[in-house]
Amino acid sequence: MKWFISHETIRSPFLKTLEKDCGEKISHCYQCGKCSAGCPISYQMDYLPNQIIRMVQLGMEEQVLSSKTIWLCASCLTCTSRCPRQINVAEIMDYLRRRAYTKHMTPPGEIEVPLFNKIFLRNIELHGRLFELGLIGMFNLLSGKFFKDVALAPRMFLKRKIGLFPHKINNSKEVKEIFKKSGKLGRARRDKLWQPKLLFLNLSRKLIERIERLK
Amino acid sequence: MKYAYYPGCSLHSTAKEYDLSTREVAKALGIELIEIPDWICCGATPAHITMHLLSLALPVKNIIKARAMGSYEIVTCCAACFSRLKTANYFMRTDDEHRQKVEQIVGEPYKGEVKVRHFLDVLVNDFGLKNLKGNLVKELKGLKVACYYGCLLTRPPEITELDDLEDPHLIDDLMRTIGVEPVQWPYKTECCGASFSLTKTDIVLKLSCDILQMAYDEGAQAIVVACPLCQSNLDLRQSTINKKYKKDFNLPIFYFTQLIGLALGIDGKKLGLDKHIVPPAALLGEKDKLAKI
Amino acid sequence: MKIGVFVCHCGTNIAATVDVEKAAKAALNLAKVKFSTTYKYMCSSPGQALIKDAIKEKGLDRIVVCACSPSLHEKTFRECLKESGINPYLLEIANIREHCSWVHRDRETATRKAIEIMKLAVTKVTHNRPLEKTHMPIEKRVLVIGGGISGIQSAIDISFAKFPVVIVEREASIGGRMARFDKTFPTLDCAACILTPKMVTVAQNKYVTLHTYAEIEEVTGHVGDFKVKIRKKARFVDTSKCTGCGACWNKCPAKVASEFDLGLCKRTAIYTPFPQAVPNIPVIDRENCLYLKSKKCGLCQKVCPFGAINYQMQDEIIEEKFGAIIVATGFTQFDHSVYGEYGYGKYRDVITGLHFERMANSSGPTGGKIIRPSDGKVARDVVFIQCVGSRDEQKGVSYCSRLCCMYTAKHALLLKEHNPDSQAYVFYIDIRAAGKNYEEFVKKVQNEYGAVYLRGRVSRIFEKGGKLIVRGADTLSGAQIEIKADLVVLAVGLIAQNDAAKLAQMLHIPYDQNNLFTEAHPKLAPVETITSGVFLTGACQSPKDIPDTVATASAASVKALGLLVQDQLEKEPLVARVDKNLCSGCQACIKACSFNAIETKEVEDRALKRKRTVAEVIEGVCSGCGNCTAVCRMSAIDLEGFSNRQIMEEIEVL
Repeated sequence: MKWFISHETIRSPFLKTLEKDCGEKISHCYQCGKCSAGCPISYQMDYLPNQIIRMVQLGMEEQVLSSKTIWLCASCLTCTSRCPRQINVAEIMDYLRRRAYTKHMTPPGEIEVPLFNKIFLRNIELHGRLFELGLIGMFNLLSGKFFKDVALAPRMFLKRKIGLFPHKINNSKEVKEIFKKSGKLGRARRDKLWQPKLLFLNLSRKLIERIERLK
Repeated sequence: MKYAYYPGCSLHSTAKEYDLSTREVAKALGIELIEIPDWICCGATPAHITMHLLSLALPVKNIIKARAMGSYEIVTCCAACFSRLKTANYFMRTDDEHRQKVEQIVGEPYKGEVKVRHFLDVLVNDFGLKNLKGNLVKELKGLKVACYYGCLLTRPPEITELDDLEDPHLIDDLMRTIGVEPVQWPYKTECCGASFSLTKTDIVLKLSCDILQMAYDEGAQAIVVACPLCQSNLDLRQSTINKKYKKDFNLPIFYFTQLIGLALGIDGKKLGLDKHIVPPAALLGEKDKLAKI
Repeated sequence: MKIGVFVCHCGTNIAATVDVEKAAKAALNLAKVKFSTTYKYMCSSPGQALIKDAIKEKGLDRIVVCACSPSLHEKTFRECLKESGINPYLLEIANIREHCSWVHRDRETATRKAIEIMKLAVTKVTHNRPLEKTHMPIEKRVLVIGGGISGIQSAIDISFAKFPVVIVEREASIGGRMARFDKTFPTLDCAACILTPKMVTVAQNKYVTLHTYAEIEEVTGHVGDFKVKIRKKARFVDTSKCTGCGACWNKCPAKVASEFDLGLCKRTAIYTPFPQAVPNIPVIDRENCLYLKSKKCGLCQKVCPFGAINYQMQDEIIEEKFGAIIVATGFTQFDHSVYGEYGYGKYRDVITGLHFERMANSSGPTGGKIIRPSDGKVARDVVFIQCVGSRDEQKGVSYCSRLCCMYTAKHALLLKEHNPDSQAYVFYIDIRAAGKNYEEFVKKVQNEYGAVYLRGRVSRIFEKGGKLIVRGADTLSGAQIEIKADLVVLAVGLIAQNDAAKLAQMLHIPYDQNNLFTEAHPKLAPVETITSGVFLTGACQSPKDIPDTVATASAASVKALGLLVQDQLEKEPLVARVDKNLCSGCQACIKACSFNAIETKEVEDRALKRKRTVAEVIEGVCSGCGNCTAVCRMSAIDLEGFSNRQIMEEIEVL
């Protein structure tokens, strides 16, 4: 990739807001690579964590926000706890994901995680506590992976590990209130759950897999 | 010893046996756990990667509910809940800007003064290993386990303040106390993929397979955990891992409370040992630890 | 009284921010100021001539120079006054550069502040008194603390000039860290081959006295006259009788881990640290000697043909006087057991660079074989990790230890030479090879010796199947790296000795947050300290390689010799004085003085008709810090050149 550097890119509001929100001085990073060395998921990433930090240093907002890496971070905090420059890398990943939400910049192949998060939060907003059957069902339905983990379901029911109905609590109003206030203050948008693009993508992926297996 | 108990969502569903065994062990040892009335979800990972304030407000709401119960410390068992409650506490203590915003959301002032503890911490540091030893009905001799801590119990150390960062030992200490032999293995704090269980199952399968493999290689007959996500990834997905990576693992995944419960002479069924996907009966039966589950 | 004010532009350093002309004009409004002017560089020869001429023509008798810090040019202008026939202490410097122009941007306010600073100096100079320098004798001997390469070189240089020098070394032999090294970069000459001739030179030199197994107990006095107490720890071996034959240590049954070989092998309780030790006289380690612990054994005494063993020996404290002190206490290694990801120092096959040196050394614990300490097998795949403890704010120190890049490259080369079918992997962040032939050396190791350099860090080391699994990243390829290694060598950083701060406090020299001793000026006085007569050399100041250490050792020697060759020591007259009539004898000043420069004295009180005790300042020792004047409740102590009256008037004029 080629990147034109100027005053504007280096001092973009992107960097400033990041440093303010995370309390992290991004220029502290001296690119030792300790974060990438210990990251359990970096084998799947398009950019290593240290590369993401480098791109942030250079003000490459679009490339960073549309990267797969930020959605692959499992928040295991290995990077944060080992960084010799005391940078909270995992917190920066969180920030980048939140920013990607507000800017509607999730990459097309990485819609599952944002979708899951939305369904999860909607689920809590509704019930106060997690209703797992609802979560799994909803996720499978909306991501187009209708039969994912279905084989595991009967065992789970038999062992009473998953309930058929949500827990009832007496304070659902209170939870909704928290969501309402946080959303407004946090300016994070929780838009529609229905994502025809993703549905189509996953269905067609399945179809292609079938065809290839037939070959 | 009285504590405000925050079970969290998992312990009321997929990790029911963790909840059951914790309550049983606490009861047997005279530790009083009073469930926080009307507790709500802590928001887990989806909250902190979607809305920062929400991820602080949900735990703080719970802590405030606990505070209203009197001057108790909060005890939780789920590693994710523990991490979120501790993180929220840390922010409320150290970051004025966030504190003010969160106080506005939950409608009450809070400065991070309520202590949040993990049940491990309570057992080892409040109740004490010596005391525990004195309460044992039997020792589970001959069982070799790998103690697996996962990510969120120890990281980041300045927030969790629980155990050693790279080589934690609280579960190992407990296991030794009840006669179980913990193996020395290097994957105590590796990541199992946790929150990707549904969304990126492939990653979870690979990471969990590595963990199972390492435990097996180092001679463990079972894995002992303190986190419901770790347990479900390693237990629930074990058959899929076997199929995908052509393995033949048959490693039961215990909660530390379940094994302690057995050593305290509590019936296996009460500890939820029947709820495991990889059945532990053979291992425990073979070792003559438990006639029938 | 005619005061002249001279305002310097300092090029644009001052003039760009301060309106110097306006300041000069403002000076003329001040009382007793008869003349003022400005000049581009007041410190230059024409600038000084300007002052001299003005003194002559206008009959000025006190001078204020508005320029840079007095620490830089106060001396220059005092000399200038002296040459014009005025007492040099009738000068004041108004620092309008460091205290004004350099720290401000707004020209108007900066000019206003510069005028205020000038006003203070003018007020102060009106109360200056003519003072004369005092002179003191010099004890013409040098103390060198530390007997590593640094201290050895200093002692040799001083002995060349035929001045007596005393080395105090804590260990049983001189030689220090360098004695443990195998080869030295980038020339690969053997460390012992170049060090031992120097050790022998020192031992044979009639001007050098060695106190090994000895420590500094107390330092008092001042430049030209330091009084030092030295604790000579009991060796339990009579140095006048012992010949170093070795009969004792060959028979000694008590075996403990050798400190010199970092625990890679054992030594006996009576021992010399290494074969070429100077002096070649053993010591008995009292913690481990069976006789000293429980009166059993006594074998060494029985076998000694010279009757040199004396179990009754006690520590001895001697007191000596010195004119100058050279501090050459060196460094210690960073303790890597804080790194959990590298195994908390528990894995036996994760070693430090110094362990590697000992193994590579043919007279070392493995006889020059590079093996795995755990099972003695030859090390084939060896991973080197740089920056362990260095450049790590979280677990170590923030600075770069400077040598690790080079010694790691050397180790990679030695590995290949010792074990030809081995492979070196080096994890690095940056390669810092700024020295003569250093970069070429690193390139040679990469190109000719095939060391694989990986740019990144190691996240985790663990043991599995008899190997060490090393997981890291190579940020250049963007890949995670896993290596099955036999041995891991950590390039641990260099840090100050554990008791460095204690020594610094004893010597009244400053040290930084890392306990490294601070030089008087980082560029222009790199081997001096702000305590005159105390000089620094080697790694006690900052990490240094051997060439730099030797260079600073010679530099410190020259500075010490520069003192000793003088007949008498000139001393600034800016010292405290006690007004005996006012002094109540409370002795608060004695407690406040950190230089032990105040004594008590009995005087006859005529009014009371009896004797009473008052304080008296020892002029030679007083450094003019002013602590005593601040604590004196009677205002009986005053500091020449900074009198209470001067300071009060300065405050009033503001």
